[in-house]
Amino acid sequence: MHEVDMTRCLLLSMHQWKQTHDPAVPAVQRVHLQVGTFTCVEPEQLQTSWRAAVVGSWLAGAELAIETVPLIGRCLECGTTYSPDPDRAYRSPCCDHPMEEIVSGRELRIRSVDYTLTTASAV
Amino acid sequence: MHMPLQDTLGLNLLAANQHQAEHNRHHFDAWRLLCINLMSSPGAGKTSLLERSLVALADDLAMAVIEGDMTTRLDAERLEAVGVPVVPITTGRACHLDAAMVSGGLKQLQQRLDPSTLDLLWVENVGNLVCPAEFEVGEHRKVALLSVTEGDDKPLKYPVMFREADCVLITKTDLLPYLPVDIEQMENHIHSVNPRCAVIRVSASSGNGLAAWHHWVRTQQAMVCVPDPSPLVVA
Repeated sequence: MHEVDMTRCLLLSMHQWKQTHDPAVPAVQRVHLQVGTFTCVEPEQLQTSWRAAVVGSWLAGAELAIETVPLIGRCLECGTTYSPDPDRAYRSPCCDHPMEEIVSGRELRIRSVDYTLTTASAV
Repeated sequence: MHMPLQDTLGLNLLAANQHQAEHNRHHFDAWRLLCINLMSSPGAGKTSLLERSLVALADDLAMAVIEGDMTTRLDAERLEAVGVPVVPITTGRACHLDAAMVSGGLKQLQQRLDPSTLDLLWVENVGNLVCPAEFEVGEHRKVALLSVTEGDDKPLKYPVMFREADCVLITKTDLLPYLPVDIEQMENHIHSVNPRCAVIRVSASSGNGLAAWHHWVRTQQAMVCVPDPSPLVVA
């Protein structure tokens, strides 16, 4: 379950982000991720791993909001964008061209963080 | 009073691993060595291939191996028998090597030799067609192995691995007469998800195709490890 290791990477990035607010400790409500469908990430397993990892930490209670980004390819023969289908060997339905260019679907991105700071420390 | 705020990060989810991978690659570049990450499902023939390639390439390339396995040192012992420095990494529960593990392996390697004397570092990843595709270790080239016994549909079932590979080796081709597998279809499926990668048919048992594979390795090594430019002569 590589989502555990991905969660560990995410926690390291979150820790570095927290330090940018030092000495205040931001109260995080939500971490927004973008996860492409052409990756090895299973969003449900990432959620499970995240919930287990943040218990008792400064991120306790923070939600993971995962936006799934579909796989979109562009046919280099005719320029059409398409949804690559494993049953068509991911080839373009217009020209049967191999999946040369991927427009989206490889995203593994921490997009943004929703949080609060007390007024005194928000300055 | 609490103010709701939002910070845009735009970071890679695996930024921590990427950062370490770039650090590793920086060392490889400073040492002028090529790092190849070998990946495949368990039993596709990574270790058998390395046993042959380490011997065949030994005349012109100085090499070492970082050997990843979930348990046991069995593969590391096989490769040490060839006479090449091997650093075994047993990952325990982890089903892939990550950049921090390889960094640890490099530190062990540095205790045994000066890495700048090497031309090529092999990283034999843990047998798995899923996770290693997403975790860079600092390699210059990714090589995926697919044995003929696994069937021609695997590039479509595990497309990320084959998409990420710079070269795909179709292994165990000596078994083709005994299998119903369609090797043309296998190559076709690889090129459907990754039209730019090299595909080479090899057999570590018979030796077929190894010359083409070793030519590919030497070419990559020459491309990555460009010698120092000649010093400028000041009149």
